[in-house]
Amino acid sequence: MEISVTVNGKTYRHNVPPRLLLVHYLREQLNLTGAHVGCDTSQCGACVVDVNAQSVKSCTMLAVQADGAQVTTIEGLATNGAYHPMQESFWEMHGLQCGFCTPGMIMSATALLQRNSNPTDAEIRHALEGNLCRCTGYENIVKAVRHAAQQGRAGSNGSMHQGAKPEVPESAEELEHPRRDDGVPEKPETVGDWEGENAGVDETTPMGQGGM
Amino acid sequence: MYPSDFEYAAPTTVQEALELLRQNPEAKVLAGGHSLLPAMRIRLMSPPLLVDIGKLSELKGVRADGGVAIGALTTYHDLEASSELAQRLPVLVECASNVGDPQVRNRGTIGGSIAHADPAADMPAVVLALGAEMKVVGPNGERTISADDFFVDMLQTALEPGELLTEITVPPMPEQMGAAYEKFKHPASGYAIVGVAVMVHRGADGNVSDCRIAVTGAGPRAQRARAAEDALKSGMDVAEAAARASDGLEYIGDISASEEYRANLVRVLTKRALTRAMEQLR
Repeated sequence: MEISVTVNGKTYRHNVPPRLLLVHYLREQLNLTGAHVGCDTSQCGACVVDVNAQSVKSCTMLAVQADGAQVTTIEGLATNGAYHPMQESFWEMHGLQCGFCTPGMIMSATALLQRNSNPTDAEIRHALEGNLCRCTGYENIVKAVRHAAQQGRAGSNGSMHQGAKPEVPESAEELEHPRRDDGVPEKPETVGDWEGENAGVDETTPMGQGGM
Repeated sequence: MYPSDFEYAAPTTVQEALELLRQNPEAKVLAGGHSLLPAMRIRLMSPPLLVDIGKLSELKGVRADGGVAIGALTTYHDLEASSELAQRLPVLVECASNVGDPQVRNRGTIGGSIAHADPAADMPAVVLALGAEMKVVGPNGERTISADDFFVDMLQTALEPGELLTEITVPPMPEQMGAAYEKFKHPASGYAIVGVAVMVHRGADGNVSDCRIAVTGAGPRAQRARAAEDALKSGMDVAEAAARASDGLEYIGDISASEEYRANLVRVLTKRALTRAMEQLR
């Protein structure tokens, strides 16, 4: 089935099988591997992306359901090589260890601040209920979100500064892989076929876990 | 994990959706997909066709018409954000805001929850306690099913093949009404190990004139705790009534909670919910 999806501002058209999950479309067709497949049971939140400005778990949505939608992934947050304020706050407050849950955490946290710019700690925890972290014990994640909210309120126009941090000079480009899709030779104006590694899979075997 | 292969259709009118369901008796209706897609991913369900009703915008939204009518495709998030419900039926807002997590609430729908009839889902208990009616369309036109008749067994409802749940209507409530939902959450899944929804009315004489108590999570389907309802209506106090809440229910024990533990939760949560509901009576 042919779909047209705008991801991080770029429109793609592909022929995809109906059973293709959005997270696999993003990872394997568009090479946007920031959204992770963690639990595969809609619980861990490592796959969270925005679809039409709503935070969703991309492992529990079909790619065909995203037809015509505007999708933002973690790769779409940084602008001009500078981290998004929430990404900076996670850095600043040490809101991650292994980093597996981080893209989902950051996507959920930015969704929270969009509807509530001054959340209490309880509201932050409630908003992150759908994101599991196995390393940090959540303390620093909550601190990071609180810090981002404070920074946002301190900013003159209500949003945080977007400049590169002094501690992350030119290496920022290299460290953050701001937009992997930039280097991907996709065909935005043509219809491509689903080329993921599971494209011609045997019906009888359970599918792979999607990998990291 | 991928679901097994299926065909996909996204009709733009209810009539089109009904026609697809009529032609394909094995098809499943896809709403928010937050029960169906996980079940398909583990191959618990393998429908040959998904009829995605996501484009049927007429099935979305909350409307006041004496009582309240809620489109089947209204998401939990929309229930949470509804000022209409906050004013008239805050128990629905309270329940919706405790379903799953923000991402689940952005996609999951009230109609999907009710039509799927997961034994541990929250909404079936609340609509049962509120005495809601399910509006359904199918090959033989429209009909209405009361919540009391709707939940038949585990994952089984009174919906006939080819029928589509379109709207949930809650009848007008008297001024003297209180309602509450209490839930003991499974810490990992967020589903109710037990959830209890209650509604109480007070008559002109100051006594409880009507009471409905509905339990989810304890057994195969949402069920009324009639012994406790009768006790409260006969003039017993909240503690005495709640002590009877676990009587006459069906139970299922599993690795999370035994039957006995669930029965205890039914009594404890009924007491908490009734206490809160009674406090709302003016």
